[in-house]
Amino acid sequence: MNTAFFYALVGVGLFFLGLYALIVHAHLLRKILALNVMGCGVFLVLVALARRTGEAQPDAVPHAMVITGIVVAFSATALALTLMVKLTAATGRAELQSDERDPH
Amino acid sequence: MVGVFGDIPWAVVLILLPLTGGMICFLWPGMAKLAGAVTAIAVSLSVAGLGCQLLAHGVYHHAVGGWGAPLGIDLTADGLSLLMLATTALVGLGITVYSLAYFHGEDMVRFWPLWLFLLAALNALFLAADIFNLYVTLELIGLAAVALAAMPGGRDALSGAMRYLLTTLLGSLAYLFGVALLYHGFGSADIAILAVRVESSAVVWAALGLMGAGLLLKTALFPLHFWLPPAHASAPAPVSALLSALVVKASFYILLRLWLTIFNSLAGEVDELFGLLGAAAIIWGSIQALRQPRLKLLVAYSTVAQIGYLFIAFPLAAGAAASVWGATAYLAISHALAKAAMFLAAGNLLHFGGHDRIIDMDRVVQRLPLTAGAFALAGVSIMGLPPSGGFIGKWLLLEAAVIQGRWDLAAVMILGGLLAAAYVFKVLGYAFTAASVSHEPQFVSARMEWSALLLASGAILLGFLAPSVLSLVDIGSPFGIMEVRP
Repeated sequence: MNTAFFYALVGVGLFFLGLYALIVHAHLLRKILALNVMGCGVFLVLVALARRTGEAQPDAVPHAMVITGIVVAFSATALALTLMVKLTAATGRAELQSDERDPH
Repeated sequence: MVGVFGDIPWAVVLILLPLTGGMICFLWPGMAKLAGAVTAIAVSLSVAGLGCQLLAHGVYHHAVGGWGAPLGIDLTADGLSLLMLATTALVGLGITVYSLAYFHGEDMVRFWPLWLFLLAALNALFLAADIFNLYVTLELIGLAAVALAAMPGGRDALSGAMRYLLTTLLGSLAYLFGVALLYHGFGSADIAILAVRVESSAVVWAALGLMGAGLLLKTALFPLHFWLPPAHASAPAPVSALLSALVVKASFYILLRLWLTIFNSLAGEVDELFGLLGAAAIIWGSIQALRQPRLKLLVAYSTVAQIGYLFIAFPLAAGAAASVWGATAYLAISHALAKAAMFLAAGNLLHFGGHDRIIDMDRVVQRLPLTAGAFALAGVSIMGLPPSGGFIGKWLLLEAAVIQGRWDLAAVMILGGLLAAAYVFKVLGYAFTAASVSHEPQFVSARMEWSALLLASGAILLGFLAPSVLSLVDIGSPFGIMEVRP
């Protein structure tokens, strides 16, 4: 097992760790962080496997993908945090209620 | 004249126009309405321009900036892309006219930039030639759509939008993971190249599972539909229309595209699973729609049910690919028109009475005849009655199911039609009668009524245009590769 493959496996591990946290935690900040951990896992897979061929020059395309992906993840996190703050201000809790029934 | 217009790279125009329009709306809110209307019209004309190019030269390719793949970005369009672009432009035009009258003040300032950015992202998605650009456009659509859904700012809208955001990000990440696996397995992100190189292996199955699950989540196929009704029902009417008519179709388009090209040789058992989930979606969504006390939730659950029909096609496609996929594309665009009309009509009723409780609707047929007419016409297409676009799509699917002896799928489709009739007539029944509580009605502008009615008429008109639309979709034969499948 070479280094690139090892890092890729760590990436897969991070993805599923994040998925687990996303499902089990109720607090929105934890859910948003969990999504970020999942994203990092995918980015790690992309970067690690760019060296899979063992050549001196790694493949540049996955690197370009990761840069783009980071920009997207950054914007998404900013939007998610803003929504979380608004939701907390409106409901007093940073959680999604499981029962969405209309109170009136 | 033709020569001059023939050389314009319409695909680039289709992305840059709404992007520029959106920025103008953001920087100079005073011009938002004007810029929005001009952009929507210009986008429709550009789609027509792209259509002429496709008819003249076949499949369209454009390497942005002359760079070309793999480092540059390629745009491509065939009949299927053109159909989705045209539907987006038409539905978008209707919703734009409606929004001109619907939004005022602060809401107007927020709505226009987000809607035009969403339009740019949708156009870019339908033109993308590689799976990574599809990921980027998918995320752009998700971010714009969530921001639009959160616009009203109340408790329901914010929690609906939050749930929607978490779901859509999860879906995109699963999709991106699939992209990473496919790129490393086969050394390309280009759909056409991957379609040639991909062969059955563990990597491909993992990618298929991840991308499939992510896209099903975003398309809201039962049982992954939990996020859709709260997000679609609590948004403002034009936004609900955009989300239900166009945004869920975007992820379905990617799924269809991948299944037609990259995964087409290996997805046999998965097709059966899609058919099963589609059938469950039709039954479950329709029953839930029937049980809803509020009109917008009813329309949102009807979307859950109608998405099911799109997935019924997967198990049938093995037998008669071209006609089944043609039927699916037809259903997708008729649903886009009809559901946009339904949500706009529901928005009118909500605005008119100040509520959207179905049993408290007070003689709206006499008082808002155009809106009631729009709802009824859209209902005809949703039920699949002739002569509507929904009828053509469902008839072709039903025909394929009967020929292949798939009586189970045929029965579900017929049952779904009956249930749809039940929930549409439930609404219309209360629309005719006087309610026990009467209230001060609000004025509904003529533009809001007519835009809903015109979109609904479009869904009916589609029923008469079947041969020409189906031949248009076949440019570059997007469904042709399926024919060789055993």
